[in-house]
Amino acid sequence: MSLEPLDSPDADVIPDHTPEELEALLGDLVLARDDHLNAPGFVIRPDTVQETLSILKEQAGYDHLSLVSAQEYENRYESIYHLKKFDDPTQEVSVVVPADKDNPVSQSGEAVFRTADWHEREAYDLVGIEYDDHPDLRRILLPETWQGHPLSLDYDMNQPQIAALPAHVNPIQDHHRDDESDTMFLNIGPHHPATHGVLHLKTVLDGEQVVDVESDIGYLHRCEEQMAQSGTYRHQIMPYPDRWDYISAGLLNEWAYARAAEDLADIEVPEYAQVIRTMGAEMCRIAAHMLALATFALDVNGDFTATFMYAINDRERVQNLLEDLTGQRLMFNYFRLGGVVWDLPEPREEFFSKTRDFLDQLPGNIEEYHNLVTSNEIFQMRTIDTGILPPEVAKNYGATGPVLRGSGVDYDLRRDDPYGYYDELDWDVITEDGCDNYSRLLVRMQEVEESAKIIGQCVDLLEDWPEDERTIQANVPRTLRPDDDTEVYRAVEAAKGELGIYIRSDGTDKPARFKIRSPCFSNLQTLPEMANGEYIPDVIAALGSLDIVLGEVDR
Amino acid sequence: MSSEQQPFITDESRVVTETRDSRMTGQGDRFNSRLREAFGSSPFILTKFDKFLNWCRGSSMFMLQFGIACCSIEMMHTYAVKHDLDRFGSGVPRASPRQADVMIVPGTIVSKFAPRMKRVYDQMPEPKFVVGMGSCTISGGPFQEGYNVIKGAEEVIPMDIHVPGCPPRPEALVYGVVKLQERVANGEAAPVTVKPYELEQFGDLERDELVEALVDQIDEDELVMRYNFADSP
Repeated sequence: MSLEPLDSPDADVIPDHTPEELEALLGDLVLARDDHLNAPGFVIRPDTVQETLSILKEQAGYDHLSLVSAQEYENRYESIYHLKKFDDPTQEVSVVVPADKDNPVSQSGEAVFRTADWHEREAYDLVGIEYDDHPDLRRILLPETWQGHPLSLDYDMNQPQIAALPAHVNPIQDHHRDDESDTMFLNIGPHHPATHGVLHLKTVLDGEQVVDVESDIGYLHRCEEQMAQSGTYRHQIMPYPDRWDYISAGLLNEWAYARAAEDLADIEVPEYAQVIRTMGAEMCRIAAHMLALATFALDVNGDFTATFMYAINDRERVQNLLEDLTGQRLMFNYFRLGGVVWDLPEPREEFFSKTRDFLDQLPGNIEEYHNLVTSNEIFQMRTIDTGILPPEVAKNYGATGPVLRGSGVDYDLRRDDPYGYYDELDWDVITEDGCDNYSRLLVRMQEVEESAKIIGQCVDLLEDWPEDERTIQANVPRTLRPDDDTEVYRAVEAAKGELGIYIRSDGTDKPARFKIRSPCFSNLQTLPEMANGEYIPDVIAALGSLDIVLGEVDR
Repeated sequence: MSSEQQPFITDESRVVTETRDSRMTGQGDRFNSRLREAFGSSPFILTKFDKFLNWCRGSSMFMLQFGIACCSIEMMHTYAVKHDLDRFGSGVPRASPRQADVMIVPGTIVSKFAPRMKRVYDQMPEPKFVVGMGSCTISGGPFQEGYNVIKGAEEVIPMDIHVPGCPPRPEALVYGVVKLQERVANGEAAPVTVKPYELEQFGDLERDELVEALVDQIDEDELVMRYNFADSP
């Protein structure tokens, strides 16, 4: 399964469309071309969004709406639908939808891609574009009583705001109340041990069964996009990615920014730095998956003192290695555009032997987890065949990462859209067909083993690397000013899935628009599909198996 | 002489002697504990009742299990193996604010969350203490410029200890908590330095442009929090 070239004879042939073919396919719908660095872009009228998206989805096979990014220009608003194919994510196309400056209304793409629901709500909330035909166009990240749209051009940051603490009522009680059944409204969170941070679930119960669950997010919306837009490319943005997915997955996030910005500014990264990046990123993945395991066991077993402590213990070991490498335990700030900030710690032999020690004991520890967790009968009863997420539903919601792979879809950007040193190494993409909570956990645990394989190979490579070829950074100008109006969207495989960055430059040293495609944001959107009709404890298990991190959901 | 004619007398000479001897010569751990040394030869403690209670409070603190952002990851590490906050008598996280007396605020407070945090804080029984973990709870930290970020948890609830860092290492949090325990045991209270945002009924707010704009959306008696970002430190 690993690293099979996509054009090998036994792989399914994926039809590739040239931009001209796509333009012909869309015909009159296309008003103009607005190509991005990563993909051809087609400008369409704001009332033909559904038509265009469904042609691209049904006839050209672009079945993955990765991101909807919205922004305001001096003379117009604009939404961009970034489409990909699950079979081959290197095939991309952007649908650019300008909207009127005075009356920014655009048709919703929700009917074609379910995932557009939340993305468009966010665009409405932060930028102020209104979407026609949207099922539920409300604010998503900011309080409902917020005044103004903070990423629009004329927003005043100093204006006072009011946030309410409403007493929640059951929104659908009237529809469900009769002689036989009565529903109950239950708030879970935002301060609750099972929500992994500050998530608020508005749950409607009929007895023990869930009738409806709605995630209320935004309790950790700390303006990451604004922060990035007010920082310079070269140094000021890199510290922030560490704080999106803060479960020690910092290097994976930094890579998302580094990849997008390096493509934008056309920077070549030295091979040696790529190997270090790959090794560091996989260490982060191990740490992140260990916490996913720890908290999932906590949610399902309530076993704070055993599994949790074991997993934290392994995390401490990984964090020690990462601290040796980067100088910090959690917020690494280790990548630079064009490489990494410094070389491996001296003495190198000690670092290598420490890393090898960790890798050597890992299989034994994973065996312990299997004894403790996955072969535990109670655990199996709680997780097998609960929280079912069929692959087609997962794709429609834009789920990625272990969630998608747990539904049997073979999609991993490290292999399918290679970056770093991954395509030179020998490893496998893990999938499980169960589509349930158990499969998602199994995927994570096996991915830890794959990450260990990758780290091992990187250590071997780094050990034999000739001393005079250890270039850790390319030559990058002190101030980066990418060309005016260049747009790029690039994604990497972070711990939770596809983490993408869209950047538009305006000729200055700061991005004009910086949009983050968070995997958790899309993954969390699938929760009602898994939870409705199930028992309330299964909702908690399903939420745990999604492994969301609110810093990345809310950004 | 027969035993029936004598009143019953315990032969305590041996016990008393041995106890006294071991006390004086320093043998036998049972009698010569550190505590005993501290007390002197008298088994009585003379103290003020509230002083004694403060000592009890400081020696057994129940933390609120309260994760907000990045710092909560380091907070979990502080509770777990290796750092083990329980060694200092303060490592029992309680999920309910009704059972907790210390709140560690581990992360950035944003506009939507501040009223909830205030509510959770109000639900904790007195006396209650707050440890602010990380730069965000001091000033908003790296997100201070954000349109949605409250510039420090002190704008919402009173704080006792600030632990700086982004995030602070577990060792730093342990130090902060132990410092808090010391202060509690000494009966010191933290001064409130910032006038915090309060939860108020919407009807009680002064009628200005913003309130007028929201009249249709919010009920008179609903609790709200009003942020004056322009006046933030």
